Amino acid sequence: MSLRPALGTVLGSGSARAGVEHWWSQRVSAVASALLGLWFIYTLLTLPSLDRVALIAWLADPVSATLMLLFLLATFWHSALGVQVVIEDYVHHKALRVLGLLAARYLHLLAGGAAAVSVLKLSFGEPA
Amino acid sequence: MYTMVLSISHRISGVFQSAGLLLLAAWLVAAAAGEPAYEHASGWFALPWVKLVLVGWLAAFWYHFFAGLRHLAWDAGKGLDKASARRSGAWVVVLAVLATVGCLLAALPLLGVGS
Repeated sequence: MSLRPALGTVLGSGSARAGVEHWWSQRVSAVASALLGLWFIYTLLTLPSLDRVALIAWLADPVSATLMLLFLLATFWHSALGVQVVIEDYVHHKALRVLGLLAARYLHLLAGGAAAVSVLKLSFGEPA
Repeated sequence: MYTMVLSISHRISGVFQSAGLLLLAAWLVAAAAGEPAYEHASGWFALPWVKLVLVGWLAAFWYHFFAGLRHLAWDAGKGLDKASARRSGAWVVVLAVLATVGCLLAALPLLGVGS
């Protein structure tokens, strides 16, 4: 039997109430990622070419740009939640786990943010 | 045993796609940076081993897609018994392979095969 106080054993494990919210967010982002992922693959396969001019022409259409931003939001969100669970399940060293969770979350925000700004720049920027 | 392999594969294919999101971000950032940067990035994406990673990303997407549908069905309380789980698992693998091969055939021109 451990003599550690109850608080000491749960610190760093997250709020007991956060579970349902996480579970539901994962499902919401999963359905969105699946549908928008299908759209993204279909789009890649049907673009006339993958050169920069074709990319700009594609994103100049507000519908494409909107769907692309939603695709990025859904997938980066879903990915952040999924990677979080993997770190929580497999990284048992407490300090490493907290560092990993922080790094993963910030990396998702950084890469997702940069990708979204790039889409906006391509969409609003002057034609190539 | 076989359903355990499918279960861990869902996580592995998910983490693999998370890494792929970095490639997606790099591709978009390069395009936004301008023509020289995009040319440089296109050179990277044309490398055989990067193409292989992209094919792996495609396979991971389709596996995760169908396995995810299976998870959503479980969330709804359907197909939880052992026989159903084994059957749906086989369907996930078959559909993922078919969809991956189908997309690859459609993408042959993009991958620079035959062009």
